Amino acid sequence: MPPILEYKELKKYFTIGYRGLLKREPITVKAVDGVSFAIHKGEIFGLVGESGSGKSTVAYTTIGMYRPTSGVIEFQGESLFTREGKRPRHIKKEIQIVFQDPGSSLNPRRSVKEILELPLSIHQPAKKHIGRVAELLEMVELPVDYMYKYPQALSGGEKQIVAIARALATEPSFIILDEPTSALDVSIQGKIINLLLRLRQEFHLSYLFITHDLSLMRNVASRVAIMYLGKICEVAEASEFFRNPKHPYTQMLLSSIPVVSEEEEALKPKRVQSRGEIPSPVNIPSGCSFHLRCPYKMDICPRVDPQMVDTGSGHLVRCHLYPAQTENHPAGEQVIT
Amino acid sequence: MVRMDTPPLLEVRDLQVHFKVFGGHLKVLDGVNMIVRAGEKVGLVGESGCGKTTTMKAILRILPQPPAKIVGGQVLFRGQDVLRMRPDELRQIRGRGISMIFQDPTAALNPVFTIGQQLGDVIRYSHRNGRLDARQIQLKALQSLKEVALADPERLLHSYPIQLSGGMRQRVCIAMALATQPELLIADEPGTSLDVTIQDQILRLLHNLVVERNTSIILITHTLGVVREVTDRVYVMYAGSIVESAPTKTLFANPMFPYTRGLMQSVPRLSGGGVAEGIPGRIPNYLHPPSGCRFHPRCPHVMEICRREKPPMFTVGEEHYVACYLYAC
Repeated sequence: MPPILEYKELKKYFTIGYRGLLKREPITVKAVDGVSFAIHKGEIFGLVGESGSGKSTVAYTTIGMYRPTSGVIEFQGESLFTREGKRPRHIKKEIQIVFQDPGSSLNPRRSVKEILELPLSIHQPAKKHIGRVAELLEMVELPVDYMYKYPQALSGGEKQIVAIARALATEPSFIILDEPTSALDVSIQGKIINLLLRLRQEFHLSYLFITHDLSLMRNVASRVAIMYLGKICEVAEASEFFRNPKHPYTQMLLSSIPVVSEEEEALKPKRVQSRGEIPSPVNIPSGCSFHLRCPYKMDICPRVDPQMVDTGSGHLVRCHLYPAQTENHPAGEQVIT
Repeated sequence: MVRMDTPPLLEVRDLQVHFKVFGGHLKVLDGVNMIVRAGEKVGLVGESGCGKTTTMKAILRILPQPPAKIVGGQVLFRGQDVLRMRPDELRQIRGRGISMIFQDPTAALNPVFTIGQQLGDVIRYSHRNGRLDARQIQLKALQSLKEVALADPERLLHSYPIQLSGGMRQRVCIAMALATQPELLIADEPGTSLDVTIQDQILRLLHNLVVERNTSIILITHTLGVVREVTDRVYVMYAGSIVESAPTKTLFANPMFPYTRGLMQSVPRLSGGGVAEGIPGRIPNYLHPPSGCRFHPRCPHVMEICRREKPPMFTVGEEHYVACYLYAC
């Protein structure tokens, strides 16, 4: 079975200004720089990264807010970006998104009913929608009379639930969740997450789950990818990923998480302490972009950008510490384990 | 760990703050009581809107009045009531006695002055004996930037906030707050606006600095993990009052107030096991807060008395207090 969504060497560069004598040399931000991965049907694929790592750019490119600079995104084998430009409606219907901040993703001047009717009127015109709106509210466990409320009368959690209902309106098969709970309190987070997990079961959905909260990721995702400055540095099954993180950046991320029990403390890698600043995406370091902060930096790191290597059972790492078996590397390098 | 018989440096007694809005008064703080001893690291946790920041601003008297109104209570700093101080007395307390690090370092720094000018002002006005000349101020500014592990401090003095990253700005704010050698440092969510690896660096730095100088600290946050790693004792706040306080270890091992328990269970664990449902309902409307215990509409163990009367603090263990009738003997 082909994956539901596949990214092949996706690149998205933004031009943020011009420099040079004639102001003709573009200054580019490589927000996403050669990202490849596949999401299988029914999977919750977690994408983790700090601000500026390009995770939201991946999401926005997928739903069509941006056109990729190069590379391909395929939905069930069909390219999302055709030469004609406009994405066909039957594909738009299949891929939906829930944004981070429900305060700004819901129109304050529209009632919940109007908010939920808009996608319905686009994808199923000439139909009465009130019944479907009520059905959607029931699906997300909100009282049906909420359809006459306006966003300002809802709490943060309820707004996010309305945003989820809106994403469900077109009966999609794939939903992008861009930090769906990071604007909410932890006491509400559980309700939203469990709702999302139940909806996935019920409607056979696949999710691309974007977050910077690794503890949350551990409990939600089936597979996890870590992004750093526009590139993926590690991909693995969630359980394997947390048991045996390989990339030094992943280890740094995990060891930085504040946890609430001794049991969790024991799971954090001890050797890698966070240091250094996240470089600006305008000025990405040469070679491996992490080398300035890496405790295991070698001579080769500032010179050569490492390749993605499969270290067994689908655990992919992009780091010189894990050289590919087939390639010959310069002498004098040691694998630190 | 600070001995329990150390006299309190800061004592907040029954602090009540209301906000005047269209249609009435928001009864936000409903009798807050807390103590911070010299050298103690205290955490204050609670969900957004529960009054954490309001309490801290009331302590420093930087709440805009109106709309805010301090209705009752006392804030004793070294035994003197901050709420009744004259402006000149207050100036002695702000900065030199108590200083504050704000959540968003971008908003806390003035964009049109250089780091050197802003830091220099703090050093000049907080200097205790006599006046400093420009050279001495610069030396002290360099010194305080070095303490927060900022690289190339000479260049930084001439930089504007916009030229620094978020983590660097927060370090500058820490440098400013500590340059006055305060006895009490209030840190309001110092890592929340930063990425997790940077937050970790900032918290380690802050922890080392306060331990080194024996400064007391109140760390406000809604991230329980941060509290566990940094503090000695924790206050849990819900809807404008303290509902539980305990030494950090005790609280994490044995949370007792139903809200604290729900909060602990809501945190996703790195060890897996799914995400708990959390606490049903939402923080109450302060215009018409619930009678009795303000948590009662959301409480799974609600009893008749909870609706009628506000529970007092019950002692349930060594230094462990809970405002809940479940623990009344």
